[in-house]
Amino acid sequence: MALLQISEPGESAAPHEHRLAVGIDLGTTNSLVATVRSGLSVVLSDELGRPLLPSVVHYGPLNEGGAVDVGFDAQARQSIDPRNTIVSVKRFMGRGLGDIAHIEAMPYDFVEGEGMVRLRTAQGVKSPVEVSADILRALRERAEAALGGQLTGAVITVPAYFDDAQRQATKDAARLAGINVLRLLNEPTAAAIAYGLDNGAEGIYAVYDLGGGTFDISILKLAKGVFQVLSTGGDSALGGDDFDHRVFCWVIEQAKLSPLSHGDARLLLTRAREAKEYLTLHGEAPITARLSTGEFVDLRLTTEVFTEITRTLVQKTLGPTRKALRDAGLSPEEVKGVVMVGGATRMPQIQRAVGGFFGQEPLNNLDPDRVVALGAATQANLLAGNRATGDDWLLLDVIPLSLGIETMGGLTEKIIPRNSTIPVARAQDFTTFKDGQTAMSLQVVQGERELVSDCRSLARFELHGIPPMVAGAARIRVTFQVDADGLLSVTAREQTTGHEAKIEVKPSYGLTDDEIAAMLKDGFSHAADDAFRRALREAQVEAQRLIEAVQSALREDAQLLSAPERTHVDALVARLQAVMMGDDRRAIDAAMDALNKGTAEFAARRMNQSVQRALSGRKVDEL
Amino acid sequence: MDFTQDYFSLFDLPRRQAIDALDLERRYQDMQAQVHPDKHAHLGELDRRRAMQWASRVNEAYLTLKSPGKRAEYLLRLQGHDPEIECNTAMPSDFLMAQMELREAVAEARAGGDADGLDRLHRRMKREIAGQHAELAAALDERRDDARAAGIVRALMFQEKLLHEIDEALDAVGA
Repeated sequence: MALLQISEPGESAAPHEHRLAVGIDLGTTNSLVATVRSGLSVVLSDELGRPLLPSVVHYGPLNEGGAVDVGFDAQARQSIDPRNTIVSVKRFMGRGLGDIAHIEAMPYDFVEGEGMVRLRTAQGVKSPVEVSADILRALRERAEAALGGQLTGAVITVPAYFDDAQRQATKDAARLAGINVLRLLNEPTAAAIAYGLDNGAEGIYAVYDLGGGTFDISILKLAKGVFQVLSTGGDSALGGDDFDHRVFCWVIEQAKLSPLSHGDARLLLTRAREAKEYLTLHGEAPITARLSTGEFVDLRLTTEVFTEITRTLVQKTLGPTRKALRDAGLSPEEVKGVVMVGGATRMPQIQRAVGGFFGQEPLNNLDPDRVVALGAATQANLLAGNRATGDDWLLLDVIPLSLGIETMGGLTEKIIPRNSTIPVARAQDFTTFKDGQTAMSLQVVQGERELVSDCRSLARFELHGIPPMVAGAARIRVTFQVDADGLLSVTAREQTTGHEAKIEVKPSYGLTDDEIAAMLKDGFSHAADDAFRRALREAQVEAQRLIEAVQSALREDAQLLSAPERTHVDALVARLQAVMMGDDRRAIDAAMDALNKGTAEFAARRMNQSVQRALSGRKVDEL
Repeated sequence: MDFTQDYFSLFDLPRRQAIDALDLERRYQDMQAQVHPDKHAHLGELDRRRAMQWASRVNEAYLTLKSPGKRAEYLLRLQGHDPEIECNTAMPSDFLMAQMELREAVAEARAGGDADGLDRLHRRMKREIAGQHAELAAALDERRDDARAAGIVRALMFQEKLLHEIDEALDAVGA
């Protein structure tokens, strides 16, 4: 819709119903969903009162009904049916076979091929996007049951250090799960919102976030009403799981075990995780297990040994921390507080290392498992439009990794440097090198290194429809736009003729639009009627929202329209009101589109007016 | 207000090199509080797209005006003086000599894993760059000496690159 809702500070816009919005922490090990109820962020539990949903999906055999279990039920199957029980799928999002550590120890049946990894399960080949969609669907259903209605949308958190492919995969998963994504929000930023709002914090803060499979460090400047991320860094393949793996290797070595079956490996990994958690409060942890071979494991792991075998992992988090501080132009002493996030930060050696680095006790007065979901819920409530202007805040986040393109000789040229505040757009001019050339292709990479081969390939963009000219005469301006979700889009225009080039995107580690469409269709054919009703209902809700927004804008700024313009807008509203009660979704979409286009100019005038108000409002303050 | 407006008018500021950084930051935040996509997330596609374009422009404007070197370069271009960043690499020979010596010192400290030495070089470069920033304001706002300002802008490119190299060396020696 093309209108802005602007109201006086402290006043709410036209009264409207509270929109149902949630925050989702889609974690490597566990996932959560939270919402704002009566002004407070709360985690929504399942029917047994359990807040965490283990991020585990089990695909049952098709000849037994083809059940898909998610969470605790799936977790219970992991040592019985490891091949069809997918854990830590987040590590596979937007990643190729060659990217995944310890792949040889994994019980899955990986499908050979280029691009994002795929797993062969009892229910056919699954991409990590589909597996994640099953987790998200379970969370959506939990939320809709608890809130008693359809969700307007959700904020889904991602590690700050996730690259474009990993973010896009997450957004695609949400789409498959039927969730409208209001925003992809960086996990440490979500934690900073929860912490900052609760504690009225102001100044420079660091968020140290060690999750199950990812590590992030973000440096933020908090002020009243503004959360500004100054820099971020991390490692999207380092987390609590790696500590488990170190213990697991230690057990194999100590107990001199022969090669393990997948079931036994899972069992020992579980025991390793339990021992790690036990050591948080005890000096020594027993590790016992009876394997399928009849072998019996009976070991004791001391804190000293655990600290020693995981020392390099702890050190690995301090490098990115130093770099993030340097990118922000700050030294450790300038940091006012260090907020600890993620279950893995409970480990005493992590607490000590972080405390030592920053020269202060880390802040642990929030639940490291829940704070990300709670912050995401708060932001979702804001984005859904449930808070009044003046009672809101501004969040300025950054892109974690530089974006560049391949130039001659396999070198990269940076287009958008890391830690640029998003959204951000940069344009670059290109020319043709052959007479009559009508197409060209661009390889877009993400990373900090000089050589293309050392960076991650994101996609190849092919531009078609360049008007034929002599070599070097065409000026093709390519605009790289990174949106507020940290996702890249590319547009191209030939400057001398104004001709828009057609762009075809070939993602290196993502799904193409066609693949997503096929998966959506697949899902719908299982529940076609349901999907049809749902889509119709969504269109009706959207239409109603559009009409309300237009009417409220007209009440506020009718003077920005001439009489004929006003008549035209009124007619478009009436038309939409007429079709939205029917069941023709296409007609509703068409009428909405017409109203959107018909009010675009009005929206532009309102935007200008609001920008002017920003300036004049400030001047009044200065007097 | 439109997309062709220059960055100074966008923030309602006079075209001057000297700038109050805190005031600029406040103007920037006031502007983003109006145009940022988060303020329009509950609206339709077109609105969200427009907000993204505006917020991108405001970010770009802030980035340009915040950095003294970028601000001076931008100001020079507005005044019709191309600072010839890419093509004019003719620098005074004493400046080039000093740069070469510094570069050697960085390479040496890096090879020897001398974090303290790199730290000293880092602080020295920061000081020199700050001096150049003050000189820029004097040249542009008081003496109206565009040619001199353009020379400083070009020198700053070298100095900032060197600072970046020192930071990379600090990363490499693990400090």
